[in-house]
Amino acid sequence: MLALFYIFIGVAIGVSFWQITRILNLRESVANDNDNAKQGKYALLFMAFLYAMMIYCLIAMNVLMLPESASIEGEHDDNLFNITFWLIGVVQFGMQFLIFYFTFKYRGNKNNKAKFYADSHKLEAIWTITPAVVLVVLIGYGLWQWNNVMDLSDEKDAIVIEVYSQQFRWDARYAGEDNMLGYGNVNFIKGINTMGVDMSDKNSQDDKQVTELYLPKGRKIHFKFRSQDVLHSAYMPHFRAQMNCVPGMVTEFGFTPKYTTEEMRMQSEVVDKTREINKIRKAKGEDPYEFDYLLLCNKICGASHYNMQMKITVVEQEEYDKWIAEQPTLPTVINQ
Amino acid sequence: MSEHHHKETFVTKYIFSQDHKMISKQFLVTGIFMGVIALLMSMLFRLQLAWPDKSFTIIEAFLGPHQTDGIMNPDIYLALVTIHGTIMVFFVLTAGLSGTFSNLLIPLQLGARDMASGFLNMISYWLFFLSSIIMVISLFVEAGPASAGWTIYPPLSALPQAIPGSGAGMTLWLVSMAIFIASSLIGALNYIVTVLNLRTKGMKMTRMPLTIWAFFVTAMIGVVSFPVLLSAALLLIFDRSFGTSFYLSDIFISGEVLHYQGGSPVLFEHLFWFLGHPEVYIVLLPALGITSEIISTHSRKPIFGYRAMVMSIIAIAFLSTIVWGHHMFISGMNPFLGSVFTFTTLLIAIPSAVKAFNYVTTLWKGNLQLNPAMLFSIGLVSTFVTGGLTGLVLGDSALDINIHDTYFVVAHFHLVMGVSAIFGMYAGIYHWFPKMYGRLMNKTLGYWHFWITIICAYGVFWPMHFIGLAGLPRRYYTNTNFPMFDDIADINVVITIFAIVGGIAQIIFLANFFISIYRGEKSSQNPWNSNTLEWTTPVEHIHGNWPGKLPEVHRWPYDYSKRVDPNDDDSDYLHGKDFVPQTTPLLEGEEPS
Repeated sequence: MLALFYIFIGVAIGVSFWQITRILNLRESVANDNDNAKQGKYALLFMAFLYAMMIYCLIAMNVLMLPESASIEGEHDDNLFNITFWLIGVVQFGMQFLIFYFTFKYRGNKNNKAKFYADSHKLEAIWTITPAVVLVVLIGYGLWQWNNVMDLSDEKDAIVIEVYSQQFRWDARYAGEDNMLGYGNVNFIKGINTMGVDMSDKNSQDDKQVTELYLPKGRKIHFKFRSQDVLHSAYMPHFRAQMNCVPGMVTEFGFTPKYTTEEMRMQSEVVDKTREINKIRKAKGEDPYEFDYLLLCNKICGASHYNMQMKITVVEQEEYDKWIAEQPTLPTVINQ
Repeated sequence: MSEHHHKETFVTKYIFSQDHKMISKQFLVTGIFMGVIALLMSMLFRLQLAWPDKSFTIIEAFLGPHQTDGIMNPDIYLALVTIHGTIMVFFVLTAGLSGTFSNLLIPLQLGARDMASGFLNMISYWLFFLSSIIMVISLFVEAGPASAGWTIYPPLSALPQAIPGSGAGMTLWLVSMAIFIASSLIGALNYIVTVLNLRTKGMKMTRMPLTIWAFFVTAMIGVVSFPVLLSAALLLIFDRSFGTSFYLSDIFISGEVLHYQGGSPVLFEHLFWFLGHPEVYIVLLPALGITSEIISTHSRKPIFGYRAMVMSIIAIAFLSTIVWGHHMFISGMNPFLGSVFTFTTLLIAIPSAVKAFNYVTTLWKGNLQLNPAMLFSIGLVSTFVTGGLTGLVLGDSALDINIHDTYFVVAHFHLVMGVSAIFGMYAGIYHWFPKMYGRLMNKTLGYWHFWITIICAYGVFWPMHFIGLAGLPRRYYTNTNFPMFDDIADINVVITIFAIVGGIAQIIFLANFFISIYRGEKSSQNPWNSNTLEWTTPVEHIHGNWPGKLPEVHRWPYDYSKRVDPNDDDSDYLHGKDFVPQTTPLLEGEEPS
């Protein structure tokens, strides 16, 4: 690939110089009919290139896409995305056709005359009202879904988990049996109390600090995000979830995992994608990859921004119960 | 104002010039210089993204202390994307585009001797020049230039402990931008006053070319929103240097708790995007205005729906000031605000759609003269549509959650405002080069330039949508730490190849531009057979623009191919030719268009 790249560069530079030397000989600078004819044809050729590339990418890159939403709330995101994507896809293909076909069709010629056509209120009304109507649908569905995702008021059954960010790592804190997080502030950071939890708060007593997220399938998770230094963003693409972590405030997001990690690994899109990735990894002599949910940092946060991640494992409720029981509470860790 | 009223020396003519035509050229050349720097930067970080573990001599040569064995350091990668964005958005597409064409065209197309204040205009350029110098100097600061992204969100931008670029590099960035904003405001005020007061006889607002409408409205958006960025920058300077806590609170870094209490980074985000979003239209509207003029002239047809075009410029400008929150859906602000901003954001699609359809209808049944300027304008319509449509995905808060800050966003805004605005700028340069330098640019080189550039632009940004949909965050130094992104490594290579070829192709433009200044074909007075007033001035520049009296305007600027019988396309041209300059009086019984 690199050799190809150097060849490309060589060709580009060569062509540049060849053309630039020709400039000295050319003296006619306004397009004539010959130019119009040529450029009109190039517009058609370009349209062919554009269509080929658009279609190729749509088909060939389909395997790269994220698999279907792994959260219940994200299902409507996928749905809304598909509707929007098909809609803009159709408009895109149509508009590009008009633009480049008209460029070809109406290429200038001495014998032609342009049509004097300055206004049509009817046409303008059509293309003001049509987008407006379409937008009402998109906005309506979008706002409904937004409220759906952002509404965390009904959460009697939700598990509260704090996700804590710092340059350049993630930690998490489970709220424990009372499902209430103890108060946290940077002033309490000391020694192994890296999340700055106020240990005198009675809600802190059963909190559990971990470095990897375990989530039970089918339970609403209520995330609370904190940051101790700069902005970070907790991005969980498989769950269609993201929220910034802002120093000085607590932000929130919630979703309900739909598939366990094991189930997701069997899912056909994931199987295909994993196979592709492992082909590439094998060629490079690297260990095979196995699908895992991830939390990535998605807000520029410093030099190692590109490597700030945390594994998320979704399991069945029983397994989750077993796992959480094994985790030590904060006081047992901190007051040792 | 009378022409030739003072003797010009070399200094007053070429350096501290108060003549809008010279100032416009100064803006253009400075903008091109800055553009080359920013373009080179993008090529460097594209190399890094395609071959993260390969050593490159060019990286060793350019990045000096910020690389190890020809591989760039993560810090300088972030600095490169930051400065690339800053320079492209502000120095090239705001000053380089608006500064060049507003200065050149507002007096010439309105029939004015010069800007309302030539002196302030000169100051505006020299402040811009100064801010460019400071920005360039910041590249050589020991710890590296600003690296917190072009949006410089605090606390990252406020704390040198968080990233080395937030030391002296960030200070220079802020100083440079403060001066830049002053330059921009002085320029914008001048444009507004000139448009309102110095239109020649008969040049009603409703007869102004769409270029002027676009520049005028752009200047107004600038006056409304740039001061807010200035205040955001000033507060950030206070936080950084004087210990205030506007944006900072509860921070623990490098093993200590900092004293900041009670501030919020979200406040900065609000202030920043209150400019940041209108800025998109500050960049885009002039390009759309230029395109309207060029598509009409080279189609030999009136622009379709002049009034709708003016209305949509105004509507876009108005809406642009109430949509900034769509950059902040997941910033932690109240979700209700997210709903409001989704609604206002998607509304922008309506005037944008009107513009796109009107361009296409202008092409329909035209007699297209496919000069390079025309091709770049058509290219703009194409990329504007492609990039604009994905705005429907990003503007919808529910969908934004999952693609916010991924490469999908990068692809979207590069197409809709980056490539589109650059195309508008190129179109303007090819079209008005004869007005600037009295010579024409070479068309063959122009064609090569256009086709290579548009192919590469799509080659870079179309596949980029898909790696964004795969969940790849932007501003990652390398993706090799995530096996889940291993399958997009090849796409990054292809993108880089397109980017480098497209970047190198700009040499064609640079050569064409600079050689044509001296050796291009001498231009006639009105090489494109255009209707607007700038083509009634002599080819040689004179102070005061018109040798005798100012021209008088009798009609709108888009009487192309007007017929004797308006309903019969086969009838003869009304004035015997396919264009009717604005200075031509109405014939007896002629209906104004």
